[in-house]
Amino acid sequence: MSVKLLLEKAHVEGIRTYEVYRREGGYRAAEKALKTMSPEAIVDEVKKSGLRGRGGAGFPTGMKWSFIAKPEGVPRHLVCNADESEPGTFKDRYLMEFLPHLLIEGLIISSFALGSNATYIYIRGEYAWIPDILEQAINEAKANGWLGKNILGTGFDLEIYVQRGAGAYICGEETALIESLEGKRGNPRIKPPFPAVKGVWDRPTVVNNVESLAAVVPIINIGGDEYAKIGVGKSTGTKLISACGNINKPGVYEIDMTISVEDFIYSDEYCGGIKNGKRLKACIPGGSSVPILPANLLLKTAKGETRYMNYESLSDGGFATGSMMGSGGFIVLDEDQCVVKNTFTLARFYRHESCGQCSPCREGTGWMEKILKKIDSGKGSMTDIDLLWDIQRKIEGNTICPLGDAAAWPIAAAIRHFRDEFEWHVKNPEECLVRNYGLAGYADPRPIPA
Amino acid sequence: MKVLTEAGLNKVKEIVARYPEGKQKSALIPVLHLAQDEKGWLSADTMDYVASLLQLEPIEVYEVATFYSMFHLKPVGTYLFEVCQTGPCMVSGADDIINYIQQRLGINVGETTPDGLFTLKTVECLGACGYAPMMQLGKHYREHLTKQRVDEIIEECRLKAGVLN
Amino acid sequence: MAEEKKLFKVTIDNITVEVEPGTTILNAARMVGGEVAPPAMCYYSKLKGSGGKCRTCLVEVAAGSTADPRPMPKLVASCRTTVMDGMIVKNITSDRVHDARAGVVEFLLLNHPLDCPICDQAGECHLQDLSYEHGKEATRYEFGKRTFKKHDLGEFIQLHMTRCILCYRCVFTAEQLTNKRVHGVLDRGDHAEIATYIEKSLDNDFIGNVIDVCPVGALTDKTFRFKNRVWFTKPMDAHRDCPTCCGEVQLWMRGEEVFRVTARKDEWGEIKEASDGKTGWICNTCRFEKKDAKDWVIEHPTHVARHSVISANHYEKMVKPTETMPEVMNGRAPKLLMDIHSVSQVNKPTINLSQIEGPAHSDDFNKG
Repeated sequence: MSVKLLLEKAHVEGIRTYEVYRREGGYRAAEKALKTMSPEAIVDEVKKSGLRGRGGAGFPTGMKWSFIAKPEGVPRHLVCNADESEPGTFKDRYLMEFLPHLLIEGLIISSFALGSNATYIYIRGEYAWIPDILEQAINEAKANGWLGKNILGTGFDLEIYVQRGAGAYICGEETALIESLEGKRGNPRIKPPFPAVKGVWDRPTVVNNVESLAAVVPIINIGGDEYAKIGVGKSTGTKLISACGNINKPGVYEIDMTISVEDFIYSDEYCGGIKNGKRLKACIPGGSSVPILPANLLLKTAKGETRYMNYESLSDGGFATGSMMGSGGFIVLDEDQCVVKNTFTLARFYRHESCGQCSPCREGTGWMEKILKKIDSGKGSMTDIDLLWDIQRKIEGNTICPLGDAAAWPIAAAIRHFRDEFEWHVKNPEECLVRNYGLAGYADPRPIPA
Repeated sequence: MKVLTEAGLNKVKEIVARYPEGKQKSALIPVLHLAQDEKGWLSADTMDYVASLLQLEPIEVYEVATFYSMFHLKPVGTYLFEVCQTGPCMVSGADDIINYIQQRLGINVGETTPDGLFTLKTVECLGACGYAPMMQLGKHYREHLTKQRVDEIIEECRLKAGVLN
Repeated sequence: MAEEKKLFKVTIDNITVEVEPGTTILNAARMVGGEVAPPAMCYYSKLKGSGGKCRTCLVEVAAGSTADPRPMPKLVASCRTTVMDGMIVKNITSDRVHDARAGVVEFLLLNHPLDCPICDQAGECHLQDLSYEHGKEATRYEFGKRTFKKHDLGEFIQLHMTRCILCYRCVFTAEQLTNKRVHGVLDRGDHAEIATYIEKSLDNDFIGNVIDVCPVGALTDKTFRFKNRVWFTKPMDAHRDCPTCCGEVQLWMRGEEVFRVTARKDEWGEIKEASDGKTGWICNTCRFEKKDAKDWVIEHPTHVARHSVISANHYEKMVKPTETMPEVMNGRAPKLLMDIHSVSQVNKPTINLSQIEGPAHSDDFNKG
C-alpha cells in the first residue's frame, strides 16, 4: 500500500461532516498554520514540498505563490479552480464530493498565506450538486470559527464563496476563469499581465487547482521537507489519478508516483487490468490533451526502461516517444478501440470548447474535426493525413491560450504513433465501417490472460 | 414587472454581496442560473430583466448567455437528457446509449418529444469518465448507463410527470 | 526640466530603433516602416484592449533583452508584447514567422466567402492585402463554408457576418465611443458572431465608425452599397464645421459626385488624428447624410500612403527615378534591341492596310 495523504480518510463514515472530519484530525493544519506560522513561512513550506500544480501544467505551486504582487492597499484573492473539464479527469469532483472539509481547510491555510480575505471556488456548472456540499462545509467551518472575522483570534478574516460556471471547458484556463468570475465570456486574457499582478477585478490573484490546495493540508501537517521525501525526483508527494476507459476498476486513486505504469494498470489495488480479458492497445495518461501512447511505449520508454507514473517518467522521450502527467486523467483503450474514432471525438470536443477568440484555434479545430470525421467514415485520402499534421502544427504554439496546443497534441500523437491505422482507414473505406483495426503492431507486451 | 420570485430576488442580493462594490457583473452567471432554474429557459425578456437587476446593458447578458453551453435560449423538455459523447464515454459505449435513447423516445439528438416531456442532447465531457456512459439529468448525473438503466430512467421521469400532473 | 527617459534599443529584422519603454514590438516596427511592420488585422492603436486575437502579427523573438538574451520559445503577438532593451526580433527574416503567418491567412480565409467581386470592401480590404502578401495560392479546405442567419443593423450599417474575422474592433469601438453598446460577440468558437441578439439598429451618433475600423467587408456603409468600386472613386480631403465631430473627412468622389464619406486614414489603415490632436472619429451625420460636394470645403486630393489597390491611380507618392538611362547603364546609351519592321512579316510601313482587299494575309506583306 502506498502512502495516502489526501484520500486516507475518504471512506470514513460521515467524513463529509465537520464533526467527523475534525475528530479524524481535521483542521489541525489550519490551526498550526494560523497560530504558529507566518504567511511567508507557509509559502516556504509549500516551496520546500516541491508541490507541482495538479491541474495539468505542473507548475511549482510555491513559486506561483511567491509571484503574487503586494501593492499597498489593494486586496488580493485566491481562486480555487474547480472547473475540472479535461476529458478523463474527475479527481477534483471526488475530492469535493467526499472530502469537502479537506479543501476548505486547504483554502483557509492558502488564503492566509496569500493574504486573501475573499476566496472563490469556481466550480464547473455541470457539477450542480457539489456547491451544496461545499456550502454546507463552509457553513460548518464558519460556525466553528474557522471562517469569518478574526479567525482563531489571529485578526485574519476570510470568507469563501462558491461560484458556478455554466458549461465551458475553456474556463479551466486561469485567465478565462477570471473573466468568467467577473461575469464575462470565458475568453482567455492575453498575457502579460499575469494574474499574480492583475487578476480578478485587476487585483493580484492566484488561481490553484482543487487538488493542489487540498495538498497544502498534509504539507503543513507533516512539513514541506517530509512531503518532498514522498515520491521521486521533482514528482513529490502524492497525486490523484482518475482512471477510466476499458479497465476493470475505473475510479480515483491516490498514488505516490513511484509506481510503474504497468502496475497501475494491472494491479488489483488500482485499475485491475483490462476489462473483459482484452488486451491493452493505447493509453492517454494525463487527460485528453496529452499525447496518446501505444501500449509498447506506455509500459516501457523508448530506451526500454520501465515507465513510472510520475511527471519525469511519463514525459521521458518528449513528444516523440513520451507523453505527460497532465491532470492525471488516465484513459485506457483496449484492442477493440479505434484510434481514429477516439481522436475524432477529442477533436470534436476541442472544436466545441474553443472560445473563438483567436483565429488558429477557432478555425483550425473545426477543420481538424471535419477531416477526422471524413477519415473515420472511410472517405479520407492519404493527403488528408498529411494535411491534419500540417494543421495541428500551425495551431500549436500560435494561439492565445493552451487550448490550441491541447487540441493539436492528441492529433499529432495519434498520427505519430498510429499512422498505419489512419492509412488502413483510407485504404479500406468499407471495411473500416464494420470493424476496427485492432491491436496491430502495438502488441500488448503482456500475454492474453487464460 | 417582476420576473423572478421574491426568494429568487433575495438570493440575487445575497450573491451580489459576495463581490466588491461596483463589481455586480460578477453575479451574472449565478443569477442567470437562478433565472433559468425558475423559468426553465432564458428568454430575451428574462435576460433583459437580469440586465436591469445587475445594471448591465442587455448585450452584456446576451454575450454571456450565448457563450456557456448550459444556458437554454430556447425552451426544453421537462426532462433534459444530456448524454456525454466524448472519448472516454465513447470508448465505453456512449454511441449505443445515444442510439437507444433516440429509439426509445422516437426523437433525434437536439429534439423534444411532442408531449414536451423529454429533450435529448449530446454534450461534451462532464467529468464522470470513470462511471461511463453517463448523462446529466437536472442537477444530478446518471452514471453506468445501460439500456436497462435508460428504460428505468425514462419510466421514472414519466411517473414523476404523472404525479405532477 | 523633465528627466530624460531612457530609451530601449530594439532590433527588428536587423534594423535597430530606439523606442520608449512600454512600446510594443509592432509599434516599434511601424517606426521602421515598410515590410518590417507586421500586418495587423485585429490590433487598432486607437482602441484600448484591441489586439492579440488574429495572430497575423506573430513574430519571433530571437533574444529577449540584453539582460536575458534567451530567445522566446513561441512566436509572440507583436501587437501585445512590449519591447525590452536589447531585444532582437525577426519578422520578415524568420522562416518560422512566414510559415505561421501563411497558416493564419489560411485559417482566416477558411470560412471567408471570397465574394470580393460583390463586396464593397474590395480594393481597400486588409484581408485581400494580407492574402496577397502572405497567403498561399490556394486553400486546402474542401468543406462547406460557415453561414449565419442574417441580422439587420438598421438603415446605415450593413452586416455580412460570413466575411467577419472576429477582430472585435467594432465591439471596442462601440464600447469606447458610444455610451450604450447594443452589438457584441455572441455564441462561441467557430459559431461566434457579431450580432445584437434581438433585432436592434445601431444608431448611436458615432456608431458609423465601426465601418471604418472593420478590416474586411463585414460592416459596410449602406448608403454606398453597390454604388461604385472604391478604385474608381477619388479620395479628397475635406472638412465642414460639424457641431458633433471634428468634421475632417475623406470624400470618395467621382467627378462632382460624392459617393462615400469616411474618416481619414493613415498608412496602416487606421483613422488619423484630427487637427485637434484627437482621433478623427466622425459622426453619422457627416458620414451618411452629407453627400453633396457643397456640404464640404474640399482641401486637396488625399495622399494615399497605404500600399493597396486603393492607392492605384494616385501617383503622389510614386518615386520617379532621377537618373537617366545612360547613368543607370554605366554610360552606355540605350540602343534599340530590334527593328521590328525588319523581322515582322505582317507589319511593314510600306504597305497601306486600307488598300488591301479583304482580310490581310501574310502573302499581302510578302509581295513587295
